[in-house]
Amino acid sequence: MYLETIGKYALMLKEVFKKPQKPKIFWENYFKEVEDLGIKSIGLVGFISFFIGGVVTIQTARNLSNPLIDKLYIGYATIKSIILEFSPTFISIILAGIVGSYIASTIGTMRITEQIDALDVMGVNSLNYLVLPKLVAAVTFYPFLITISMFLGVFGGWVVGNMTGMVLSEDYLKGIRYSFDSFDVFYALIKTVFFAFFIATIPAYYGYYVKGGSLEVGRAATQAVIWTSVSIIIVNYILTQLLLS
Amino acid sequence: MIEVKNLYKSFDGKAVLKGISAVFETGKTNMIIGRSGSGKTVFLKSILGLIKPDKGIISFDGRIWEQMSAEEKRQIRKEVGVVFQGNALFDSMTIEENIKFPMRMFTQLSPEEKKKRVNEVLEQVNLEGVNDKYPAEISGGMQKRVALARAIVLYPKYLFCDEPNSGLDPKTAIIIDNLIHDLTIRYNTTTVINTHDMNSIMEIGEKIILLKDGHKQWEGDKSEIFFTDNPDLNDFVFSSALFKKVKELVQKEGHFD
Ligand SMILES: Nc1ncnc2c1ncn2[C@@H]1O[C@H](COP(=O)(O)OP(=O)(O)OP(=O)(O)O)[C@@H](O)[C@H]1O
Ligand SMILES: [Mg+2]
Repeated sequence: MYLETIGKYALMLKEVFKKPQKPKIFWENYFKEVEDLGIKSIGLVGFISFFIGGVVTIQTARNLSNPLIDKLYIGYATIKSIILEFSPTFISIILAGIVGSYIASTIGTMRITEQIDALDVMGVNSLNYLVLPKLVAAVTFYPFLITISMFLGVFGGWVVGNMTGMVLSEDYLKGIRYSFDSFDVFYALIKTVFFAFFIATIPAYYGYYVKGGSLEVGRAATQAVIWTSVSIIIVNYILTQLLLS
Repeated sequence: MIEVKNLYKSFDGKAVLKGISAVFETGKTNMIIGRSGSGKTVFLKSILGLIKPDKGIISFDGRIWEQMSAEEKRQIRKEVGVVFQGNALFDSMTIEENIKFPMRMFTQLSPEEKKKRVNEVLEQVNLEGVNDKYPAEISGGMQKRVALARAIVLYPKYLFCDEPNSGLDPKTAIIIDNLIHDLTIRYNTTTVINTHDMNSIMEIGEKIILLKDGHKQWEGDKSEIFFTDNPDLNDFVFSSALFKKVKELVQKEGHFD
């Protein structure tokens, strides 16, 4: 059962990765998808990142209230947790929710209203036409989006630390500089590319192969979000083992 | 010419098509008729390769579908125009973009040429001034006509229409029927139309196939309809009082034209 699904998913990817029939149309769709899947999420991602950055700082400061521990460890711990896990993994799961349900339901609706049949019957490779622009958009844009999230998360920590007086500005900045390691960012962005791949393709799979009516499209969207999130968590675990050990 | 041999299709053990063979001739309006649920759409979609038949052979002018690679199939599909029962317009595109889409995908026409062709086909289906509207913003009957416009925009060699005039008023329905018929003759198209509309059948039915219970029950042209005693055909066609009356008159005169 699971093997069958994975096999079908792999066959789908094989079609998706064919050369676009009309490069000009592919790039047009690509920019449309960057807008729909990426730019439209910047606001929410930024908002969440800023405040979570603030909360992480408060929590860390509370836990490190021992006077023997240098205050610069607050900045240190905040930036580590934001760059390594919060931005790439947590934000990707949020994107799986927003973007995953969007992809599954738009493609699913095209399936049940015969729009995919119409593409196929014209001689268009519908999987390639519908999914490749989304995939390329996610894989190229999400590293950028996650970088924004990292900045805003760290910035949020600094603002909240200052506002609450829990950590002095110079301690925080010193902590950040002390611990910043560009390998961490590299690691996070590698993970992001994998997650972006799932966010675009797993919901596309659920939408594309939906059968029935609007009820099934709704179910497909839910399934898509669940399995995208699960895949992100599992692959996060595997990649962490591989890259950090 | 499209040839179908011995086509079978069941869904979860329920047989819909039980060995249908048919020939759809070039330059003619071939019609598949039958009651709602008789399997017309399943038959059409099986010919188009959108539903995978359990058994059977389909060939497009001698090119056998089952023996072709995905790429060869796509090549044939570029010669096919389809009007789906539910229109299947792309709802993220305007009417003009919908009709332009096949041209953009498969031709090198300039923007002006595309625009010109869009307006040409829109005029043919009796629609004007809807270019920039979205499918959701026009009526069902208008959507149907846009779907036909999109189907014919690349001068298809094979034209399939699943109930092309359902939801149209009688006058527009006749205009659409005649348009399909004209195109068929002018471009020597192999046209296949699903319908249960008696007006269409009598207007343009050159070769008619009746489906019932998964079988082809009758085959003939529109003038033969009045002179056959096939019970299934009579049951389907002459269920209305009007057509019963027409039948009596035609039989009295001895011919229909
Ligand atoms: N995907 C499917 N899965 C299961 N059963 C199906 C499927 N598609 C069609 N059927 C069944 O096949 C039968 C024929 O359906 P079809 O849509 O071909 O009828 P039709 O002749 O086109 O009717 P109408 O004139 O109402 O459009 C119906 O009983 C329908 O329930
Ligand atoms: Mg039908």
